[in-house]
Amino acid sequence: MADEIKTFKVTIDNITIDVPVGTTVLNAARQIGGDVAPPAMCYYSKLQGSGGKCRTCLVEVAAGSTADPRPMPKLVASCRTTVMDGMIVKNITSEKVKDARAGVVEFLLLNHPLDCPICDQAGECHLQDLGYEHGKAGTRYEFPRRTFEKEDIGPYIQLHMTRCILCYRCTYVADQLTEKRVHGILDRGEHAEISTYISKAVDNEFSGNMIDVCPVGALTDKTFRFKNRVWFTKPVDAHRNCDTPGCCGNTTLWLRGEEVYRVTARKDEWGEVKSYDGKPGWICNTCRFDKKKTSDWTIEGITKVNRHSVISQGKYDGLVMPKETIQKVMGGREPKLLMNIHDESEVNDPKIYLSEINGPAHSRNFEN
Amino acid sequence: MAKKLLLDKVHVPGIRSYEVYRKEGGYRSVEKAFRLTPAEIVEEVKLSGLRGRGGAGFPTGMKWSFLAKPEGVPRYLVCNADESEPGTFKDRYLMEFIPHLLIEGMIVSSFALGSNVSYIYIRGEYAWITDILESAIAEAKQNGWLGKNILGTGFDCELYVQRGAGAYICGEETALIESLEGKRGNPRIKPPFPAVKGLWDCPTVVNNVETLAAVVPIINEGGEAYSKIGVGKSTGTKLISACGNINKPGIYEIDMTISVEDFIFSDEYCGGIPNGKKLKACIPGGSSVPILPANLLLTTAKGEKRMMNYEGLSDGGFATGSMMGSGGFIVLDEDQCVVRNTMTLARFYHHESCGQCSPCREGTGWMERILKKIESGKGEMKDIDLLWDIQRKIEGNTICPLGDAAAWPVAAAIRHFRDEFEWHVLNPDKCLTENFGLRHYADPIHVTVTA
Ligand SMILES: Cc1cc2nc3c(=O)[nH]c(=O)nc-3n(C[C@H](O)[C@H](O)[C@H](O)COP(=O)(O)O)c2cc1C
Ligand code: SF4
Ligand code: SF4
Ligand code: FES
Repeated sequence: MADEIKTFKVTIDNITIDVPVGTTVLNAARQIGGDVAPPAMCYYSKLQGSGGKCRTCLVEVAAGSTADPRPMPKLVASCRTTVMDGMIVKNITSEKVKDARAGVVEFLLLNHPLDCPICDQAGECHLQDLGYEHGKAGTRYEFPRRTFEKEDIGPYIQLHMTRCILCYRCTYVADQLTEKRVHGILDRGEHAEISTYISKAVDNEFSGNMIDVCPVGALTDKTFRFKNRVWFTKPVDAHRNCDTPGCCGNTTLWLRGEEVYRVTARKDEWGEVKSYDGKPGWICNTCRFDKKKTSDWTIEGITKVNRHSVISQGKYDGLVMPKETIQKVMGGREPKLLMNIHDESEVNDPKIYLSEINGPAHSRNFEN
Repeated sequence: MAKKLLLDKVHVPGIRSYEVYRKEGGYRSVEKAFRLTPAEIVEEVKLSGLRGRGGAGFPTGMKWSFLAKPEGVPRYLVCNADESEPGTFKDRYLMEFIPHLLIEGMIVSSFALGSNVSYIYIRGEYAWITDILESAIAEAKQNGWLGKNILGTGFDCELYVQRGAGAYICGEETALIESLEGKRGNPRIKPPFPAVKGLWDCPTVVNNVETLAAVVPIINEGGEAYSKIGVGKSTGTKLISACGNINKPGIYEIDMTISVEDFIFSDEYCGGIPNGKKLKACIPGGSSVPILPANLLLTTAKGEKRMMNYEGLSDGGFATGSMMGSGGFIVLDEDQCVVRNTMTLARFYHHESCGQCSPCREGTGWMERILKKIESGKGEMKDIDLLWDIQRKIEGNTICPLGDAAAWPVAAAIRHFRDEFEWHVLNPDKCLTENFGLRHYADPIHVTVTA
């Protein structure tokens, strides 16, 4: 019995699962998937110590455990709260959570420049997704948004401090992937900023991974700057035999025609760098910045993209349908649709893959 | 005169020096403590009913008994002398004028907790007190109270003073620990709590200056005798730093059996309001606790006299009560503007937020800006509701209690002084030259009598 994994039972939004002891509420919810997984802007499963800061993942604990079924007095950060046996958690079924989360989204957007039209992260920005899903139209903030003095952190990474949400992920990357961290958080409160203090270049074989972990457009790839919009490029999975120790060599190339516009690590469904055999698939700066020819790579095929992402834009197959959990959350009841668009119109038939249509779609493509 | 346990000798000439302090009976508690076992000392502190004097009022004996004691891992005692809460200046007085009392209390507490290296983390601005403490520590060491094998007991203890760099947030115990380790003073995400993983990831107890000083009379007089002073769960004596519109601002040691009214108006304590003015409001426990209008301050919602102790000040919860907090007693007379006062506090929390979590980082500045807008006669009615909504979304949703501390003063000001806020909005010009004044804030409260 020695190697039997001890598990705890946890119920999140009316769905009960067993998870290994020590699992966080957030990771348990991710195992259920779909809407039950709280949004996470600062937590990053591959970065030790991350999480707890942004407060988007707050959930209500309606019962602490079977042994002590008292509810927790405050909402808790699901990314930093471990599951207890018999714990009952409410995420999308809690009014308190919805209210608090809307507040957090408002706070995160308060000083955000909303410069999406000129931001390279647009289309793959977690703050855009968060605002879209949990935010309100319009702001109640009527004061000038804060600005920062511009700082050049070297030839590879572009820093836009006004977009930073201070998730601290990039500092953990620097601590955990590079020998020496040369940037950090200066000042405090509203004025806290990412900086190298004396305008030093962030230069290390693994520094580029900061770009991949940054949930917003605060750290972007300078070699891709203003070159293209991510949804106009075509992501393909590729690999090369990289001899940098610690680099997995598995990447996503963002192509237009034969041109490699950008190289990134591959991402999983939570927007994190993918793991291979339990090891995070970080890539080195050589792969990221110096291998910009398709001949440098063995291309495996098109990257699977989440349907909700604008990158999917109906131009190729390989879409990943999000998991539907609503019916389970509602105790088996089907959500009541006011109108099913597909009953009303033949356009946009979900059975027809736009990507398989040669050229632009016409109404005749939808005629049966 | 109420019984004094901490400051009874503070006016003895030369008490700052070791010789005088010792002659007046100092360090007796260390001798006594060494005749007890550490567990027995913890038991005495539990018996005493002492509650943490740093603000939260958590029972000290209980906190000590939570300290993890894994084999072969050092444990640490850290004294929180960061004292930066506006209105609070009691620790400063104690350390400046009777430094050996804190050192004595720390030796006993270190022995009880098994800490061989203990720290005093002191607010950076208290630079001159660092010197006072360091020379007192040197004296204590010369006389065998610190160092190796103290009094031949085999117990070793070193005491170090570490200066902060001027951040209020470093008074939060886990931010303090980070700062002490030489890192950025960001509060840690709990759990784990310091009792399990604190300084250098070892079990740690963080206590306020006054809490540790109170261990001296507890050991000298016995936990039970200490618990008989005061009333209910407010045992022993409490230092109050009184300031604002009173005749005699300063530090008072009270035994928590007096009423708020007596504290403000009796000659033994604050001596009333100067210039014949009337009492309008009071923040009874340091800037973080809810402000109360005069009527609710002196009388609880039940119509009883409000007492100067933990239970008394919190009677009625946040709806009609406040908190003992850190004992920073701020009195406002009829000429003070609650909107302006709230803005000043909001500016403080905005300035001091560490910026780790989004609600506090973004919300504190937003509240300050709105308050500034209202205060300068540019406010709109909707701003008051907006303020309420912002504080509500900060409170309880942050990593550390600074978020709550920023939210509570705003909430309480709107709860009790909403008409003063509205007056500012409705009188954009007048509010720049005049104050709202006392109005009805001292009127007797109607107490519903149930048959
Ligand atoms: C923002 C903030 C500032 C604080 N500042 C102080 C302080 O200056 N001094 C203090 O003793 N406690 C302060 N505290 C409370 C400490 O976190 C801690 O509860 C206290 O030191 C415990 O000591 P006690 O149990 O003896 O009261 C602060 C808490 C917060 C959240
Ligand atoms: S720059 Fe990006 S990764 Fe770094 S703290 Fe800001 S938002 Fe997070
Ligand atoms: S509540 Fe404020 S001070 Fe406390 S951790 Fe969050 S940002 Fe920092
Ligand atoms: S993801 Fe949990 S607090 Fe940010």
